Amino acid sequence: MTTHMSTQTVTPTASRRSHPLRSMLLKRSAQGVVTLLVVSMLVFWATQLLPGNAANAVLGKSATPATLAALEEHLGLSKPVIVQYWSWLSGLLTGNPGSSLINGDPVGVVVSGRILNSAFLLVVAGVIGTAIAVSAGMLAASRRDRAFDHTSSITALVVTALPEFVVAVVLILIFSTQVFKILPATSPINPGSPPWQQPTLLVLPIITLIIVIVPYMFRMVRAVTIETLESDYVQTARLKGLSEPEILLRHVLPNIVPASVQAVGLTILYLAGGVVVVEVVFNYPGVGQGLVQAVATRDIPVIQFLVMLLAAFYVAVNIGADFATLVATPKRRVTR
Amino acid sequence: MTVAVLEAPVVHHARRSELAYLLATAARSRRGALGLGLTLLVVVIAIIGPFVAPHSPTEFVTSPFAPPSPGVLLGGDSLGRDVLSRVLSGGWQLLLVAAAATALGVTVGAVAGIAAAYLSGWRDSAIMRVSDVILAFPQLVFALLMVSVVGPNVVLLVLAVGFSHAPQVARVLRATALDVSERDFVKAVQITGVKPTKVMRLEILPNLVSPLMVEIGLRMAYSIVIIAGLSFIGFGLQPPSPNWGSMINENRIGVTLNSWGTTVPCLLLAVLCVGLNTFTDAVARAALGTDRADRLLLTEALGESEGVTA
Amino acid sequence: MSVDTPSAEVPRLLVRDLTVVTSRSGAEVVQAVTLEIASGQVLGIVGESGSGKTTLGLALLGYARRGLRIDRGSIELDGKDLLSLPSGELRSARGSVVSYVPQDPGTALNPSRRVGPQLREALTIHGVNRRQAADRVTELLAEVGLESVPGILSAYPHQLSGGQQQRVVIAMAFACRPRLIVLDEPTTGLDVNTQRTVLDTVRSLCARYGVAAAYVSHDVAVVREISQRVAVVYSGRVVEIGPTEELFTSPQHPYTRGLLQAVPAADQSLVLTGMEGFPPRPGQRPPGCAFAPRCPVRIDQCMTERPALLPSGRAEHLARCHLVSSSHSLLPLPKRRASLGLTASATEASVISIVGLTAKYGTNVVLKGVDLHVAPGECLAVVGESGSGKTTFARCLSGLHLDWSGSIMFEDAAVPAGIKNRSKRVLQDIQYIFQNPYASLNPRRTIGSLIAQPLDQFGALSRNEKQQRTLASLDAVSLPPDFLDQYPDQLSGGERQRVAIARALVVEPRVLICDEITSALDVSVQASVVETLSTLQSEKHLSLVFITHNLPLVRSIAQRVVVLDQGVIVETGPTESVLDHPQADYTRVLLSAAPGEPDVW
Repeated sequence: MTTHMSTQTVTPTASRRSHPLRSMLLKRSAQGVVTLLVVSMLVFWATQLLPGNAANAVLGKSATPATLAALEEHLGLSKPVIVQYWSWLSGLLTGNPGSSLINGDPVGVVVSGRILNSAFLLVVAGVIGTAIAVSAGMLAASRRDRAFDHTSSITALVVTALPEFVVAVVLILIFSTQVFKILPATSPINPGSPPWQQPTLLVLPIITLIIVIVPYMFRMVRAVTIETLESDYVQTARLKGLSEPEILLRHVLPNIVPASVQAVGLTILYLAGGVVVVEVVFNYPGVGQGLVQAVATRDIPVIQFLVMLLAAFYVAVNIGADFATLVATPKRRVTR
Repeated sequence: MTVAVLEAPVVHHARRSELAYLLATAARSRRGALGLGLTLLVVVIAIIGPFVAPHSPTEFVTSPFAPPSPGVLLGGDSLGRDVLSRVLSGGWQLLLVAAAATALGVTVGAVAGIAAAYLSGWRDSAIMRVSDVILAFPQLVFALLMVSVVGPNVVLLVLAVGFSHAPQVARVLRATALDVSERDFVKAVQITGVKPTKVMRLEILPNLVSPLMVEIGLRMAYSIVIIAGLSFIGFGLQPPSPNWGSMINENRIGVTLNSWGTTVPCLLLAVLCVGLNTFTDAVARAALGTDRADRLLLTEALGESEGVTA
Repeated sequence: MSVDTPSAEVPRLLVRDLTVVTSRSGAEVVQAVTLEIASGQVLGIVGESGSGKTTLGLALLGYARRGLRIDRGSIELDGKDLLSLPSGELRSARGSVVSYVPQDPGTALNPSRRVGPQLREALTIHGVNRRQAADRVTELLAEVGLESVPGILSAYPHQLSGGQQQRVVIAMAFACRPRLIVLDEPTTGLDVNTQRTVLDTVRSLCARYGVAAAYVSHDVAVVREISQRVAVVYSGRVVEIGPTEELFTSPQHPYTRGLLQAVPAADQSLVLTGMEGFPPRPGQRPPGCAFAPRCPVRIDQCMTERPALLPSGRAEHLARCHLVSSSHSLLPLPKRRASLGLTASATEASVISIVGLTAKYGTNVVLKGVDLHVAPGECLAVVGESGSGKTTFARCLSGLHLDWSGSIMFEDAAVPAGIKNRSKRVLQDIQYIFQNPYASLNPRRTIGSLIAQPLDQFGALSRNEKQQRTLASLDAVSLPPDFLDQYPDQLSGGERQRVAIARALVVEPRVLICDEITSALDVSVQASVVETLSTLQSEKHLSLVFITHNLPLVRSIAQRVVVLDQGVIVETGPTESVLDHPQADYTRVLLSAAPGEPDVW
C-alpha cells in the first residue's frame, strides 16, 4: 500500500499579489474612460444638438435675428458638430469648461464652492451613516429574530421606501415649523465660505441624508452577516470553542468587508442622486441645486460640466469599490 | 474518491402558475397583507379620487393657505385651490406614468439581461457596456438631463425613467439567468439541439419568475419616487394639473398657515411607497424563504447571484 | 482491521437517550440514541441521507444547528456529562476535550484568513501561549504529514489541495489532544490515495492518543475498514449496533441487511439490490417501527409497536427488531454472485469507435490520444479519478465539449464536434444523463413534459402518441403513471434520476452516456438505479458508457472496463479479468487504495 504524501508546493503570495489587482485597475480604468467618452457624447448631443438651441434658450423672448446670430457666432454654434464637440471636450479636459451663459463667469468659479458644499454633506453623512448601519446590521444579524432585529428590520423596510424629499419635508415639519421649531428650515450657506462654519444649517440636511442611506446599508450588512454566520467555517469556529464575540470579530468581520464595501459604494452613488432633491428642499447651495438651477435656466455649459462631473464620480466610485472588494477577497486576488 | 451524497435542496412547491401562487402566499403573510392593504388603499384613492372630489382641482375656491372650512375640508393651497380636491385628483397620473415607465424598463431590462446571460460572448459585453453608460448617472439626473433638453413632456418622462431602470433590471436578471444557464437541465435541453430563443423562453425565463416579480415591485416603487421627485423640483408632471409631488413643493412655503397641503400628499406618497415595498418584500420571502430573500437584496445590489432562483 | 477491544474498562464516551428536535415543531430528528465508545476505539455511524447521522455527530459535542435543539439525554465523557455543563464550560470543552472534523474542508476553513493563524487559534483560545502554540503547530503538521510543504502556514485555504485542506482541519481537531473526536465524512471529494492517507492519519492519531472516535459516513466500505464497532442509523434511531466484522457478515436488522445487499465489492461481481421507498421524515414517522413500511419481513406487530434495542444472541450485538431476540438471530446473508451478461460477440460491429481522441481546455491537454470502442448491447465502464479526463471524455462524446481532435465514429459515420454540427439522427441516438439529479430537471416543468420534451425535438407526434411513449418510458424505469403531473421537487433523488433516464429513453437511443449518475445517491438508491439500467440494457439492447470513479460499482454493472489516468488509457479489458488480475500499476494502486476487503491477489 503506497501512501503518497503531497509535496505540492504552495504558491508564495507576495509576488503574485500585484498582478490581478494591477490588471484589474488598468482594465476597469480603460473601460471607465470609454464609458465617460460615450457619456460625454450623449451629454453633448442632448444639450447642443436638439431643437431649441442654446442661443434661443438664453435669449428667450428677447431674441431678435441679429442678436441670435451674434450669440450663435459667439457660442460657436455655426461650426460643424465635430468641431464643437472637440472644442468642448478638449476644454473640459484642460480645465477650461466654458462659461456660464447666465452671468458669464467661468464654470469653475460657479461650481467650485458648490462641489465643496455637496462633498462635505456626502462625507459627513456617509461616515456617520456607515458607522451606524454596519454596527446595527451586525448586531441585528447576531441577534437574529429577536427584539432588536425585528424592530430594526421593519423600521429599515419602512424608511427605505420613503422618497427622500418626503423625509426632508417631514423633518422640516417636525423640527422647524410645526412641532419643535429649533432648526432652520432652509440652509442657504454663504457662498465663498466653507460649509462647516455654519453648523446649524447643516444639521437637517445631514440627518436627512443619513436617514436615507442607513436602512439600505443596514439591510445589506445584515444579510451578509447572516449568511456568514450560517457558513461552515463559522460553524467550525464554534466547534473549536470560540465565543460569539470572538467569532464576530475574527471570522465574520473580515468576510463581510467585500460586501460592505460594495454596499458603501452603492450607497454613495445612491446619495449622489438623493442629494439633488435634498439640496433643493433645503435650498442648499451644492451641486444638486446647481444642476437644477442650470436646467431651469438652460445654462448649458454648467449643465454639461456638472453631469460629466457626476458621471466621472460614479465611474470612479464603482472602480474604487470593486478594487477595495478585490483587495479584501484573498481568493480572487491571490492565485494558486 | 467519495462524493458527497446530495440532500434535496429546499424548493418551494412549483405549481402550474407560480405567479399566482407567489402573490397569494405573499398576500397571506402578515407583511404582505399589510403592504397590499396600504398600497391598494392609496391606489383606490388615486383612481376614484377625481370622481368624488368636491371641487375641480384647478378652481379657485378660497384664499391662499386658508384654514379648513366646511366645503373646503383641508383648506386652501398656495393659490387658493381646494387641497382636498387636488389631493384626490393628484395620484392617478403619477401612478399611470410610473407604471408605464416600470413596464418599459422591466421589459427592456429583462430581455437584455437574459440575452446577455444566455448568449454571452460579444453580445453580453455589448449589452453590459451600454448599460454601464446609462448607469453612469443617477436615475434622477438622467431624467433631468433629458427633460432639460426637450422640456417636460409625459412621453419623454416615461421613456427617460423607463430606460434608466433597464440597466439595473438587466444586471439583476443577468446574474440570476447566468446561474440558471449553467444548470444541468438547461444543458440537457441544449444537448438535443433546441434553438437558443426557445431555450431562453421555455427553460430560463420560467425560472426567473421570483427575481422578476421582486424587480417589478422595486422598480415600481423607484418610479414613483423619481417621478414624484422630479415633479417636486418642477421637472416632472407639470402644473396646473395636480400631482402629489409638486403639491408638496408648492405648499411648503405656507406650511405654517395651512399644513394640510403639504402633509396629506406626503402621507399618501409615504403610505404608497411603504406599502409597495413591504408587499414586494413579502413576495420575495414567499418565493425564496426568509434567508434567500435577504440574499436577493444582495444580488440586486451586487449583481452576483448564487442560487437565488427557486 | 476489526479488532475488538475489551470492554472491561469504563467506556470513555457514554451517550444515553440523546434526542435532538426541531425548535419549531418538536419533531425528533435524533431519537433517544444510546451508545458508547471506548478509549482508542472508533465507532462507525452509518446511515443514508435523512437518517440524522450528521445531526447526531454534532450533538455529540453538545451542538445543534440553527432550527434544532438538544431536547434531552446525557453525554458522559470520562464520567462528566457535557450537556449538564454551563454554556461557558461547554464552549471551552469544544476544541479541547471534544473536537470535530467536518465534511468539506474547503468551506470549513475561513477563506479570508491564512492557515497558520487558524491553526494557532485552535490552541490559543484554550489557553496555550503563543510561543508554545507555534511549537505545537509544527508538531501537528508533522503528525498529519504536511511538514514538508513549504509556505503552508502563510497560505490561504484556497491555495491548498483538498487533501491538504482536510489534513489541516484534522490537525486543528487533534491540536489539544482531545478525548473524543467526531468525524463527519472527512474523505468526501478526495481522490482514492488522499483518502487512504487521511484514513491512515486518523487511525494512527486515535491509537496514539487513546482518543475515542465517532466516524459518521454513508460509505459502508470506509466504515468497515476504519471502525471496530458500527452503529447503523435509520430515521433518527440506532437500529443496529455491534462489532464491525460481525455486523457486516451477520447483520440482524432488515434495514442493515437491505443496505448491505446494495453495496458493491471490488473483488466479486455482485448483484446490487435496492430498497423501495424512502425513510420517513421527522414528524412523519409511522407508529411502530419506522422501517416497517419498507420491510420485506415485517409482521403485524411491527406496524403498531416500536421495537426496543435488544441483544441478538451474540454479546455486544444489538438490533432494534421484533424478529430478533436473544434466542433467535437471522442467518448470515446469502452470497449474491452475478453474471454480468454476455460480452458482445466479436462479429458484431462496434456501435461507437473512438480513435486518437485528444481534448483540451485552452492550453491544458486533458485527453491524450484515447482509443476505445463500445459494442452493441454492452456496458463499458470508464474509470478514473478527478483529473483523469473521464468527464471531458463524456462531454466530447455527447457534444458538450468542442475542443477535441481525433475521430469518433457512430455506426460507421463520423461524429462532428459540438451539437450544432450533428445530425438529428446522431443527437437522438446518443443520449446523455447528468450526475446531479437535483439539477438536471427543470423545476418548473411537470415530469410528463420533461420526458416528452425530446419527442418534440425529434419528431412530430400527436398528443396521444406522445403520451403513450411517455407512459411507456415511465414504466420502463419502474415509475408509476401518476408521476406525469408531478413536479421534480416532489420526487426523491433516486426517482429523479430515473426520470432523467426515462427522458433519455423516450426517443429510443442506441447509446446512453451515464456520467457519474449514481455518485450523488445513497447506496441503496444507487443499487436500484443500477438494477433498472441493467434491465434496460438487456431488454433494449442498449449500449451504455458508464463513467465512474467507483471501482467496486463497475463490477456490478459493466462487462468491459477502461481505466483512465491523466488522460491516457492505462488498461482495458473484460471487467473480471482487469479487476482480478490488473496489469497496470495505476489499476493496482486504485484497487488497493479502495477501502473495503484487503488485497485480493
